[in-house]
Amino acid sequence: MIDADITVAAASRMITYRDAMREALRDALLRDERVFLMGEDVGCYGGCYAVSKGLYDEFGPDRIRDTPLSESTFVGAGIGAALNGMRPIVEIMTVNFSLLALDQIVNNAATLRHMSGGQVSVPVVFRIPTGAGRQLAAQHSHSLEGWYAHVPGLRVVAPATLEDARGMLWTALQDPDPVVMFEHVMLYNMEGTLDAAAGPVDIDRAAVRRAGRDVTLITYGGSLFKTLAAAEALAADNISAEVVDLRSLRPLDAETVLASVARTRRAVIVDEGWRTGSFAAEVSARIMEGAFWSLDAPVARVCTAEVPIPYPRHLEQAALPQPAAIVAAVKALMGA
Amino acid sequence: MSDLSPPPHAKPRLTRDHLLGLLRQMVRIRRFEERCGELYQQEKIRGFLHLYIGEEAVAAGVMGCLHPEDAVVATYREHGHAILRGVPMTAVMAEMYGKAEGCSHGRGGSMHLFDVGTRFFGGNAIVAGGLPLAVGMALADRMRGLPRVTACFFGDGAVAEGEFHESLNLAALWKLPVLFVCENNLYAMGTRLDRAQSQTDLHLKAAVYQVASEAVDGMDVVAVEAAARRMTDAIRDGAGPQFLECRTYRFRAHSMFDPQLYRDKAEVDDWKRHDPVARLSAWMREAGMLHDTDLPTIERETEAEIEAAVAFAEAGKWEPVEDLAKDVYTREVHP
Repeated sequence: MIDADITVAAASRMITYRDAMREALRDALLRDERVFLMGEDVGCYGGCYAVSKGLYDEFGPDRIRDTPLSESTFVGAGIGAALNGMRPIVEIMTVNFSLLALDQIVNNAATLRHMSGGQVSVPVVFRIPTGAGRQLAAQHSHSLEGWYAHVPGLRVVAPATLEDARGMLWTALQDPDPVVMFEHVMLYNMEGTLDAAAGPVDIDRAAVRRAGRDVTLITYGGSLFKTLAAAEALAADNISAEVVDLRSLRPLDAETVLASVARTRRAVIVDEGWRTGSFAAEVSARIMEGAFWSLDAPVARVCTAEVPIPYPRHLEQAALPQPAAIVAAVKALMGA
Repeated sequence: MSDLSPPPHAKPRLTRDHLLGLLRQMVRIRRFEERCGELYQQEKIRGFLHLYIGEEAVAAGVMGCLHPEDAVVATYREHGHAILRGVPMTAVMAEMYGKAEGCSHGRGGSMHLFDVGTRFFGGNAIVAGGLPLAVGMALADRMRGLPRVTACFFGDGAVAEGEFHESLNLAALWKLPVLFVCENNLYAMGTRLDRAQSQTDLHLKAAVYQVASEAVDGMDVVAVEAAARRMTDAIRDGAGPQFLECRTYRFRAHSMFDPQLYRDKAEVDDWKRHDPVARLSAWMREAGMLHDTDLPTIERETEAEIEAAVAFAEAGKWEPVEDLAKDVYTREVHP
């Protein structure tokens, strides 16, 4: 799974998404003494997905802070520390566990600025692994990004590429408001080339990852590479698909989406969340509101089947958006 | 209920000036709350309104032990805490009205008083929701090497929440400078403590987490202050978190919507005999420390302060509707 469109610069190197994320963490810890990482097994263990491996030895137990299994309290403590001058990065082991801390994120992090009349900011970053594909069954595999994107006061980003894994964290830390960063678990092992000078990137704008004429495929996070694979397959059938990587779910860069749809006149949204009440539904509504008269066909969605993610591989894969389903959805729109 | 003589190690401050100060602070809360109740009947104050009447000795006893650089995290029954922390009564009252001159710009109302200038960090209407915040604020102070205390107020209802246990554990584990103040008024809304807790000696729960803890008569401002001073001193000496259970009682309903079906009037009347304001003034009078003109003077000055606050709130402005989405984010963000 390598982003084919990334130009290989002279001074580039091979790196995994996991290592790019670790570099981002290390860089932030070196650059700003207010930054610390806190969460379950981020320290001695090296991180559940090994993202923070080695950082405990380098930065010590104060700044790579192992917590008890108390999601609500260490998330709330991250919010409190942010209120009081620090720049915490709080890792929640998986999005399903983040539900234990949803109260703190929704009722405190997201509200404190508005509710206090603008007196405080909450500059905390929550890193949350998300998504299915590792056969971890129904309590470790869900995609709840859309829930968080529903909440005013939060920013929600989903780095899909190596550049974004390397570059979004620092920008998120510079943001004065709470940022929820979703890292799809199937991306951690993705390897590719990254410019040696890769650094901070914006967290506002969607990116066109592949240019095309006939249909716009809109996605984010772990579904990006499935969508690019589908676009490649469609090209073989002379269907030119544009792929938009949303990158940020809140705020949503509707401008980029609408500009693309205005050109291609067709849209398919690929989202690992469940279809009902999904983030894909929000994107679809934005297209209806902003590009209805440009459309040659109804907006289509490829989402996860409406089931708790099952354990066996064949059922898990059947539940998730796959390139074949994306191709089929596009062909249905094209009348092909 | 303990008697009035404090334990010998408590070192209470018993000068006339000091006690008059405590009395004045409790009277300020009492009269402010009474006025709020009236204003609620007049529909000047809307939403939920939780009065602190009966519990004044807790805020009055603790607040004087804090330094300006310390922080306070409180609950939705926090008007008194905000006022004693130094948030101007005018700004508190304007907030009760929802006016733009309020301490939270009118956005929060009664349950969400904020004032960064006095390091008063709310006003939290999620029971126990403030405890993790206080732990995090104390963690930041520790990591930044700042010798500050975070005082965290909460009720007996919070003890049933998971965050209570998680927060005490984390604060003790990391030896954080938090003063946990449990305002045990015996009822979580309408649920009496012994109908919610298998162990009703709440300070024992803190002890389980290796947090130094004690229970005091929360109707006795001198006892509360003595304990709070010992505990804040201990925190400043690096002893880690401390837990103060103040056994107190809410004389009024939980909120203005509460018909109080869950308790007998006789019980309320019985507790009113321990009224912290009456109790301190009686004790001072007996000890020759309360002169005849003292209370009338305090009452008169308090009334003037409250009337000025009401006038300020009445004259306040409504935030323009165009500003509705302002300050959802610090920088401009269009979702």
